[in-house]
Amino acid sequence: MTTVLAPPDSPTGSPAPRPSRGFTFPTRFLPVIATFALFVGMFGIGSIRYEGFSSPQVVLNVLVDNSFLIVLAVGMTFVILTGGIDLSVGSVVALSTMIAAATLKAGWPAPLVILAVLLTGSILGLLMGLVIHYFEIQPFIVTLAGMFLARGLCYLIDVESIPIKDETFQSIAQGTIYIGDYYITPAVVVALVVLAIAAVVLHMTRFGRTVYAVGGSEQSAMLMGLSVARTKVGVYVISGFCSSLAGLLFSIYMLSGYSLHAVGMELDAIAAVVIGGTLLTGGSGLVIGSALGVLVLGTIQTFISFDGTLSSWWTKITIGVLLLVFVVMQRLFTRRAV
Amino acid sequence: MRNLAKHALFWPLFALALLLVVNVVATPSFFSIRVQDGHLYGSLIDILRNGAPTLLIALGMTLVIATRGIDLSVGAIVAIAAAVACTYMAGAPDESSAGRAIVAMSMAVGVCILLGLWNGFLVSVLGIQPIIATLVLMTAGRGLAMLITDGQIITVNNALFKKVGAGFVLGLPVAILIALAVFAITAVLTRRTALGMLIESVGINPEASRLAGVRARTITWTVYVFVAFCAGIAGLMIASNTSAADANSAGLWIELDAILAVVIGGTSLAGGRFSLTGTLIGAMFIQTLATTIPTIGIPAETNYLFKAIVVIVVCLLQSPKARAVLNVRRSSPRLAKGTAA
Repeated sequence: MTTVLAPPDSPTGSPAPRPSRGFTFPTRFLPVIATFALFVGMFGIGSIRYEGFSSPQVVLNVLVDNSFLIVLAVGMTFVILTGGIDLSVGSVVALSTMIAAATLKAGWPAPLVILAVLLTGSILGLLMGLVIHYFEIQPFIVTLAGMFLARGLCYLIDVESIPIKDETFQSIAQGTIYIGDYYITPAVVVALVVLAIAAVVLHMTRFGRTVYAVGGSEQSAMLMGLSVARTKVGVYVISGFCSSLAGLLFSIYMLSGYSLHAVGMELDAIAAVVIGGTLLTGGSGLVIGSALGVLVLGTIQTFISFDGTLSSWWTKITIGVLLLVFVVMQRLFTRRAV
Repeated sequence: MRNLAKHALFWPLFALALLLVVNVVATPSFFSIRVQDGHLYGSLIDILRNGAPTLLIALGMTLVIATRGIDLSVGAIVAIAAAVACTYMAGAPDESSAGRAIVAMSMAVGVCILLGLWNGFLVSVLGIQPIIATLVLMTAGRGLAMLITDGQIITVNNALFKKVGAGFVLGLPVAILIALAVFAITAVLTRRTALGMLIESVGINPEASRLAGVRARTITWTVYVFVAFCAGIAGLMIASNTSAADANSAGLWIELDAILAVVIGGTSLAGGRFSLTGTLIGAMFIQTLATTIPTIGIPAETNYLFKAIVVIVVCLLQSPKARAVLNVRRSSPRLAKGTAA
C-alpha cells in the first residue's frame, strides 16, 4: 500500500525554470492560503454531500469543540518557530484538568484555581526551557521528560477521574454567546483572544521578531546581539502557559479532571501547526495558519460524524495523509527557495 | 576507580545495579530462578521476556539515532504487524496450522519492511526531517492497523505463533532469544565490519561522508528499514504473548521507551557514536524499573514520574555543559593551583 501512497515526485526532480516572476505574491502567506483553501474546499464538498453541513453553526461547532486545541497550537507555533518542539503539551493539559478538579474539590475559590493552574503550566515550561537552553539538551528529549513528568504527577494526584462541580466552572461550561441565530461558547472567545494576542506579539514586538530570527539561524541571531536565551526560554514558558490555559478550557469542556485526558493531543497540535504551514525547521510560519490547521482537523472529524458510514480510524489516516502532503509540499517549496 | 567512572557504560550499569539492589531489599527472593516443567521462571526471566520487544526496537532505534535520525512510527508499525499477522490467521480455516503461522508472520514482517522503506524514502530521498517524516506514519499507522482489524481485537489460536512471544526453548523464553540473536547479529555487522563506522560518519556529518565516498543515502535508508523490521518482530512478539492483535494499544508509547533505552545507554540524540551494549542495558533498565515500582509498593501508574526523573538525570549527566558545571565546581581548587604554578 505504501507504493500507492508514494507521490509522483519525478517531475520535480528536473528543476524546470519558473516561467514568469511578474506576479510577486508574498510567499510567506502561500502555505496559509493553501490551508485556507483546503478548509474552504472541504466545507464545500461537505455541503454538497451532506444535508445541513453548510450551516454556519457547523463551522462554529468546529470552533466550540476545538477551542482548547487552538490555544495549544498557538503555544506550539511559538516553539516550532524557534526550531524546537514541545511534546509535553498533551500531558500538561491532563495535569491542568487534574489540578483544577482536585483543588476545586478541596474547596478553593475558582479564581485561585485558575491562577494555580496557569502558574503550574508556566513554571513547567520555564524549567524545560532553562534545561533546553542552558544545558544544550535537545528539546525533543527534554519535553519528552516533561511529558512523562506531567503524566506521572496526574497519577500522583488521583488515579480516578474527578468530576468538577464548582458553580463558576459549571456556569462557564453552560454559557453560550449568541451571534444572531448562532452561538459560540466563552472558550471560543478565549481561544480567539489568545490567537489575536499571539499574532500581535509575533509581528509587532521585539520578542516576536527575535522568535523568527532564532528560528532562522540561532547563530546569526546571537551574533546580531539578540537575546537568544530569553527568547528560547520564553517560547517554552508561552507553550506551557498555553497548555495550562488549554487544560482549563478542556476541564470546562469535559467538566472533569482525569489522568487519561488529552492522550496524544500533542500530536494533534503538531499536526495542526504543520498543516498550518509552519516550517518544522523554524523561522517561517504564521500563527493564524495553526488555527486554520486546527479547523481542518476539526472538519475531518465533522465529516466523519456527518457521514456515519466512515469509521473513526479514517480520522487518523486522513490526518496522516494531510500531514504528508503538507510536509512534502514544504520540502519542495523550501528546496526551490534555496 | 576514576577510570571506571569515566567509562561510557559505568552510569547505566550503576543505575541498573542500583535498581536490582532495591528489588532484592524489597523482595529477597528476587534473584531466585526456579525450574518448572523444564522452563526457567522467576522475576529476572520475566524482566528479560517482557523487555524483549523494547530491546529489539531499541536496537534498531540505536542505529537510526546514530545517523542523527529518529523513528516515531515504530509503535504504529508494531500495531500493524500484529494486525496483519492476526487478521491473516484468524480468517482461515486452518487457523492453528504451523504453515499458516509462518506465512502470516512473513507477511507481517514484509509489510513492516515496506513501511520502513517508506520512512527511509521520506528521510533519505525527499530529505524531510526524521521527526516529522515518521510522525506521518505514527499518526496514520494506528488508523491503518484499525482498518486492517476493522476496529476489532482479533484473537488467534495458533501453537506456533504463541511460541514467539510466550514459548520456551532450552528453558529460556523464545522472545529474549530472538532479541539477543538480533543483538548479536547487529553487533557483529556493525562492529566487525566497517558498517558501524560508516553509520557513525553519516551521523556526524552526512555531507562530508558523502563527499568522502560513503553512500550516505543508502545507509540512512537501510537503518529505517532495519528499525521497521525490528518493530515488526516486536509486534509479532506482543501479539503472540496475548494471542491477540489490539490495534489501539499494541505497542502504545513503545517508541518513547525505545528512545529512552537508547539515551540511557549513552547514545547521543545528536548522532554519531552509538553503543549497542548501552542500549541493551538501557532496555533492561526500563523494564526493571517498570517491575520494581509495583514491587516496592508504589502504584504502577507513577512509573511515568520515575521515567521522567531518569531521563532528566541521564541527560544532565551526558550533557557536556552540565558536566562542565559539575567539574568546575569539583575541581576548582586544583585548577586554581594549576594556573598559579
